[in-house]
Parts: sequence; structure tokens; C-alpha cells
Amino acid sequence: MSQAQEQETVREDGKIRSVSGPVVQAVDLDARMNDVVYVGDEGLMGEVIEIEGDITTIQVYEETSGVGPGEPVMNTGEPLTVDLGPGLLDSIYDGVQRPLDVLESKMDSAFLDRGVDAPGIELDKHWEFTPEVSAGDEVEPGDIVGTVEETVTIDHKVLVPPTFEGGEVTSVESGDFTVEETVVELDNGEEITMRQEWPVREARPSANKKTPREPLVSGQRILDGLFPIAKGGTAAIPGPFGSGKTVTQHSLAKFADADIIVYVGCGERGNEMTEVIDDFPDLEDPSTGNPLMARTSLIANTSNMPVAARESCVYTGITIAEYYRDMGYDVALMADSTSRWAEAMREISSRLEEMPGEEGYPAYLAARLSEFYERAGYFENINDTEGSISAIGAVSPPGGDFSEPVTQNTLRIVKTFWALDADLAERRHFPAINWNESYSLYQSQLDPWFQENVEQDWPEERQWAVDVLDEEGELQEIVQLVGKDALPEDQQLTLEVARYLREGYLQQNAFNPTDMYCPPAKTYAILTAIHKFNDEAFRALEAGVPVDEIADIEAAPRLNRIATQEDWEEYVAELKDTIETQLREKY
Amino acid sequence: MKEYKTITEISGPLVFAEVDEPVGYDEIVEIETPNGETKRGQILESEEGVVAIQVFEGTTGIDKNASVRFLGETMKMPVTEDLLGRVLDGSGRPIDGGPEIVPEEREDIVGAAINPYSREYPEEFIQTGVSGIDGMNTLVRGQKLPIFSGSGLPHNELALQVARQATVPEEAAEEGEDASEFAVIFGAMGITAEEANEFMEDFEQTGALERSVVFMNLADDPAVERTVTPRMALTTAEYLAFEKGYHVLVILTDITNYCEALREIGAAREEVPGRRGYPGYMYTDLAQLYERAGRIKGREGSVTQIPILTMPGDDDTHPIPDLTGYITEGQIMLDRGLNSQGVEPPIDVLPSLSRLMDDGIGEGLTREDHADVSDQMYAAYAEGEDLRDLVNIVGREALSERDNKYLDFAERFEEEFVDQGYDTNRSIAETLDIGWELLSTLPKTELNRVDEELIEQYYQDTDSEEAEEVAAD
Repeated sequence: MSQAQEQETVREDGKIRSVSGPVVQAVDLDARMNDVVYVGDEGLMGEVIEIEGDITTIQVYEETSGVGPGEPVMNTGEPLTVDLGPGLLDSIYDGVQRPLDVLESKMDSAFLDRGVDAPGIELDKHWEFTPEVSAGDEVEPGDIVGTVEETVTIDHKVLVPPTFEGGEVTSVESGDFTVEETVVELDNGEEITMRQEWPVREARPSANKKTPREPLVSGQRILDGLFPIAKGGTAAIPGPFGSGKTVTQHSLAKFADADIIVYVGCGERGNEMTEVIDDFPDLEDPSTGNPLMARTSLIANTSNMPVAARESCVYTGITIAEYYRDMGYDVALMADSTSRWAEAMREISSRLEEMPGEEGYPAYLAARLSEFYERAGYFENINDTEGSISAIGAVSPPGGDFSEPVTQNTLRIVKTFWALDADLAERRHFPAINWNESYSLYQSQLDPWFQENVEQDWPEERQWAVDVLDEEGELQEIVQLVGKDALPEDQQLTLEVARYLREGYLQQNAFNPTDMYCPPAKTYAILTAIHKFNDEAFRALEAGVPVDEIADIEAAPRLNRIATQEDWEEYVAELKDTIETQLREKY
Repeated sequence: MKEYKTITEISGPLVFAEVDEPVGYDEIVEIETPNGETKRGQILESEEGVVAIQVFEGTTGIDKNASVRFLGETMKMPVTEDLLGRVLDGSGRPIDGGPEIVPEEREDIVGAAINPYSREYPEEFIQTGVSGIDGMNTLVRGQKLPIFSGSGLPHNELALQVARQATVPEEAAEEGEDASEFAVIFGAMGITAEEANEFMEDFEQTGALERSVVFMNLADDPAVERTVTPRMALTTAEYLAFEKGYHVLVILTDITNYCEALREIGAAREEVPGRRGYPGYMYTDLAQLYERAGRIKGREGSVTQIPILTMPGDDDTHPIPDLTGYITEGQIMLDRGLNSQGVEPPIDVLPSLSRLMDDGIGEGLTREDHADVSDQMYAAYAEGEDLRDLVNIVGREALSERDNKYLDFAERFEEEFVDQGYDTNRSIAETLDIGWELLSTLPKTELNRVDEELIEQYYQDTDSEEAEEVAAD
């Protein structure tokens, strides 16, 4: 948000009464809840979070060292908002939408200084506006009045702000404009620019929410194949540290077939965000071939950046997501990690000396989480387009214990659960998603899509894999006690098949250029190849071939190499034949 | 500068005083006790008329007549290149009897966050000469990789070995011209005098002291001082790295003592406690330490951190290791079982992890087979470990030939790969060669994580067992 703009609406000044970390109390401040204020001589940005008599409590988005009582507090009279308009993509923001690249040059330092503000989108950049309405047309709030080519991938739709009344278009411009110049004028005097503001804590309006029926194809076999998420769906990835939450989130951000990706790094590592900033411009979007950054907006509030901005960054992210949804795009939002967000709430809450709920988290934790995930969904927009927001939140449970409040409250809301498992991670089985604990409630909704777009027997093949893996789980318990050789031969063979499912199908190498993205057709092909081995192997077993000989055929280990084959179609066809020949030779 | 004699309450490490002028949050305070001793403290909470002061040196001897002076600035660390070779106390004052430090600059110890946009992604391999780290959990410049240890485990020996041996291979080849730019910062928090001596002796013997700055807060020094020691150390590290171009390795020990100090202050302030009584903001607080590792675009130097923490009860779900693991880029886990078997260093590679490994290894960085070899060894060792439980029940004879091979692999992996002693410095090529030697005990078809071409190149077919002197020395 731009400081210059805010100052015109400043209402009343107050004075600091006390300072304790990110929480500042002010007196004589005429403010409403959630107003943005500038604190102290340096003008640190903050937000009103409690009003009691003459005392206003403020959470400050910047470091407060050296700030003391008596310094002024200035109210902007406006809630925390984000700037929306062309320029949101291919950019990287902190938790209150200050662009980090602009901050770097403004501060002339690699370190984040205080009291520096910058608008969320470039105000003096010219964009080519192509109108889609002409004088005399009637427009309503939310309607598209024109487009701007924002990046090579995305045409930015310029919308009538939802707060406008709408009316008849009186004049329309065409050509190069800045985001603050009027491009469309209405008969009631409303002037539409390419930029609008929206308060982050309020959902943008929509007409209707619909049942999602299309999958968000992620290119990750275990997700697409076993636990799919819908476009407009919600998912949680809980896991202890080192289990691969961030790698999974990155893979999704790279390969999910959404139009727009909003990636929120909430209280995570600085180097991880740098990796995204470095990698994404060079990586190709699998659906368009353009650089990934062209569809991505990054929000980076690393763990050492001020805690209050960590609290706000998920809201900043979802508001940007809603804005693109309103244009009719499918948006995927990744929040890594929602636990840090919850902890930020807890930290602020404890400084306010609120009565704590479970494990010190504030009593409103569940409400905040559900409010956030409810902003995701498959929507009918107020301008009659359809768009979606898929929200995928990583959860970092302390000690990897899923019974803690953030995981539990999240699970009550989300419909897809990808449980990461430290044990799998330790044996370098990645993605370390535990197939026995995870679930997706979208399966039946999405099956028709997979049947139509991949193969009719997609659900049956999946069920076969799930059954084998379940059986393996039970058999493993026995093996732990008596050893594998004590099992009957058919069960030994099941273990062998399950091993290929684990190693050749469920495991996926996020760092191998071919394997990192696996289209659904390939996912299906790998599964059928293993199924084929299963069928042929059991037939051979019935014909009296010993299980060791079956397991030892030359072709079998090649099942694990399909994933890294570029021309997998040929490879699978040839492999299936070889397996058949080699096994039938035995009897 | 105004002096106040207005102390109203003294409680644990905290002093409350009345003031008639505004005092900034976090600013430094000097308290003079009636017997002339000067103690330093920091503003924890500033309200109109009253401030809460956290006293670093302990509140013993302070009474209501003590005088309080507000210095009007936040805590600063005087920094200069001359600090190299010096030993300082936990608050940054020299204790080695050397000359007064003439600072070039005075830097705020809180330290601002590095703008993620300005960071350079760390991908320069650091060879520590320790196979368990180099081969399986590679360290890179600008990483923060803690050692998760327990009481009585040899974490200090490992840290010292890393400090002694750490090099970047290409530069070593280039006649070590860059080697002079390597510096070690050692921040001790609440360690015993004995441990401190161990470090100091090693530093002096190996001549490492010349390129080190040592901050000593010992077990009998005031606990509250521990909250500033790491910040002093890291401020110095940042200065040497980003202003003077050094590659700085920061060893912080013991983070557990640091967290205990945080809890003590939290309790004295009557804050609402979080898990196990540690303050709710401990994650943020630790992040402000750990995140100060890294590289910056366009600057020469780097800050690499090896914090050491002892897990209470060897429990890695305890809040201190847990929160640390969520912030740092992996962890090196020491294991009591391996230690009692005499494995040196007793690194348990399975729960260990280096998140930045994938980008720091491979062709041109280490060797083209590195990733596959380490992956395969992880999988094979995990399998061997699993089988050990089974052997206890059914005995070795009941297992198949394949299972027996995995059991042997796990054993040899511990004895030959991990166990190397604290004085052996292995190059990455040696480490990987030992890896291949062990992998070659498994049938080729089991190596499903290794590229077929690499198997052709490196797999040692049986009956070539005499070529294994590498492991012997």
C-alpha cells in the first residue's frame, strides 16, 4: 500500500504509551478495529488489534527496538489492504505486500531496514490497456472492462471494483496507461483504473460456490493417482521437520495445472524462498512452456522477519488469489506453513494477555483457520465467469505429533490430507506421503474426469493398488515377527508386487528432470505395468514356478525405471511384453 | 545523561524502575550498585513512567538505592578485523589480557533480517572430511546445520574436527590463497570451564585461534548474558563475512543453555508459558539467530552456522530440537548406541539430513555419482537396520541370503564408512569410493537408485577385495 495515498485520509494522532516487542499501546488515538497506523518517529506500520477505553493496542509489522513512549502514532483510518492490478505476477512481497526487490533498492542494503514503504504494484509503469466495453454499455460491479497483457502467460482482466455501483459507460480509453490513470468512466461519475484496493481480512464477493469436479493435476503420482485434490479444493500437508513439506509444496507450485500460483512462505527459511526466486524464472510451466514466474506471485515472510507480518501474510496471499479468481482463473495457493501463522497468532495473543486455549493458542484459532480455508473453493463469480482457488496448507506439528491443535483444527476443515511420515523420509522414500494415513474426499467427485481424460478403468486400477498396499501393511507386521521366508509363497509374491508399487510408483524423484513431473497418463501406465507383472506372476505361481524364480526375472527391476524414461510409452509396452515372455518361459 | 534512583522492584533477573522521560524498547541500561559495581541491562518493556530492565550480569547486589542510567541506544557490538585471535566474554569484553579493542564500527546486535530477494542461494560444497557429513548430509557455504546431540556424546569433538578440516576443494587446489579468508567464530553459552578449555587448547594447538573470535559465557556466568552472546557472535560474523569478505563458520554451543535462559526470563516476567514452560516466542527468537546464516548477492563472504544442542533425554521432539529443526537446513544427529559401539563420530545418518545437499553436489561440485550413491546407501542402511530387529527374534540363519547381505552392509557401513576417528580427513572422492566398495557387496540388481551407467563405471565386481586399503587408513 502506498504511504503517500494514506496520508490524505489521516484522521487523528495519538501517543505511544508502552512498548513490548511487536505490541505497542497508544493513547488518545481515534481508531477503529484493524485500522492501519504508523507508529513512532520512524513511521513503522502497524494494525489496531484491541481497543479498551482510551488505550489502543497495535501490532507492529516491523522491529520495535528503540521505540519509546511519547512518540506519535498516526492513524490512516483504513484497514490493511492490498493493491490489486497488473504487476502482481512475477513479483515477490513481504507479509504486508511490500515488494522485496523495491525495498532492496530503496534501502540500498541487503538487510531489511525499518520504516520504508513501497506500493504493492508499480505506480508509474505503463501498461497497454485493451478495452472490452464501449461507450453506452452497461457495466455492473465485477464486470470485465478490458484486458492488459500482464505476463506472457496471463492476460490481466481489468474489473469494475466490487464496491462500485456500476452504470453506463460514458468514455473508454485505449493504449498505454499507468495503473492510476482512469481508463473507463461511468455515467454516475465512477472512474475505473487498473488498480484497486481490497482489505485483506475480508473475502471478495462471489455469486455462488459450486462443487468442484475437476482435479488439480499436480504431476505427482501419489497425489494424482491415490489422493487427488480438486480445483477449488483444500488440502493439508502435515509432517515433522525433514519430511519434505516444502519440497512437496514446491513441486505443486511448479507443476500444478492452475493458471495462477500464489506461494506464501510464512515464517519459513530465507534460503528456501531464495531457491524459489532463483529457480522459477528458469523453469518451464508444463502447460504453456513459459517461465513459471509468469504465473506466480510470491509472498515471503521468513521466520526472522517481524512476527505480526507473518500473521497477515496468508491473508495478503488469499486476497491476491481471489482477485485472479474474479477474472475467471484457476488459482492455487500454497501456504508454507500455516503452523507459523498460528504461532504468530499465539505470540500476539499472549502479549495481549488473552486467556489461552489449547496449548496456549488463542481460543479463536479454529475460527481463523476455517475462515481462511473457506475462502477457497470453486466459484461462480459476480461477473458470471467461473474461477477457483485451491488452498494447500503445510502444517508443522511440534514433534511430528498430529494430535496438536493446528493439525486437528485444520483436518476438520480440509478434504484432502497428505500425511508426511518421518520414517519414510529417513529411508529416503520421497515424497514421504504415508499411503495408509492419507486420504482424499474428492476421489469419487473426480473419477469421472480421470475416466474421461485418462482411462476408463482408472478407479479400478487405483483400488487394486490400494488393496495391495493395504495387504502389504498387514503382512509386514507378520514379517516383523517371523521373517519373510516364513510366509506362504503367494503372500511373498504380494510383498514383491507391493515393493514395486512403493519403489516404482509411489516414489518420485523431485530432482530428476524427467521424473519431477509425471502426467496422469504416465502415472496410469506405470500402475498398469506393475499390475501386469502381478497378474503374470500369480499365473506363473499357480503353474508351480517358485516365488524366488519369479522375483528374479531380469525384467522386473525395470519396473522401477519407468519413471525416469522420457519415452515411457514405448518402454512400458515393451516391458509388459518382456515380463510376459520371461515369466511364461518358466512354465 | 540522567541518573535515576527509582528502582521499585527487583525480581530474578528483572529490575523495575520509575522514569520521567520516555525510554526506547530494547535500549541499554547501566545500573550502578551501592558498592560501585556497574551492571548492564536491556529494556524489556517500556511504559510511560515505568520500565522493566533485564540485567545481564545478575541482580545480586542491586538494591533500591542503586542508580540507573539509560544510554539511549540499543545494544551494540564493536567490530573490527582485529577481533580475530581474541577471546571475549559473553558480553563482548576482552578477557585474554590483550589490548583494548578499537572498533571500526559499532553494529546493532539484534541484526536486521536479510531480504530474501538479496540472498544468494547456497550451493558451494564444504568438504568437512567427515564421511557421515560429506557423503550423506553435505554441508554447503551459508547453511545452518545443527548437531543434535545428547549429554555425554562427543559433539564437541565433531565440531572441532569440522572446524579444523573444513575446506572448499577447488580453492584448496588453487594454492590456498583464499584459505586465509576463512574464519571461525566460537560462541559458548553456559558450557563448563572444562569444555571451554578443551576448545581453547585445540584452537591453540592447531593455530586456529589466529583466525578465530571466541565468545565465552561459561556455566557460572550469568544466565541472562547468554541471550546476548550468540547475537554478539553473529554480529561479528556478519561483519567479517559481508563487510570484509571472510567465509565464516560459526559454532554456537550449547543452544539448550540459551533456551533455558530465555525460559528463565520469561518466567521472571510472568509470561504465559508455551510448551514445557518455554516462551511462546521461542521459534521467532531462535529464527532470529539461525536465519543470520547465509550468503548475499554481490558480497564475497558467507556465514555458515553449526549450532550444537543437547537434546534433553535424547528426545528430538523436545521443544528445543523441534523448533530448531523447523528453522535450520537439516541436522546431524548423534546416536548413543553408535557411541557406545565406539563409532567415531557416532553420526546416525538416518535421522540426519541436509536440505541444501541436492544443490551442492553432483558433477562439477563433488562427483557425478554422489546423489545416487548417498540415496542408495540410505535405502540399504535403512533396510539393514530394520532387519536387525528381526534377527533378534528369529536369528540370522532364518533370513534369506539377500537379507543377510543387507545386514552385513549395515554393519560395514557403520564400521567403515561412518567410523573414521576424529583425526582422519577424507576427501570426498575417498568417501564415495568407500561407499562404492560397500554397495558392491550388494547384487547389482538391488541398486535401483543408481543410474545404470554409474553402476557400470563404479561397481566393483566381487573377487577384487584386495583393493580396499582406502578404508584401512
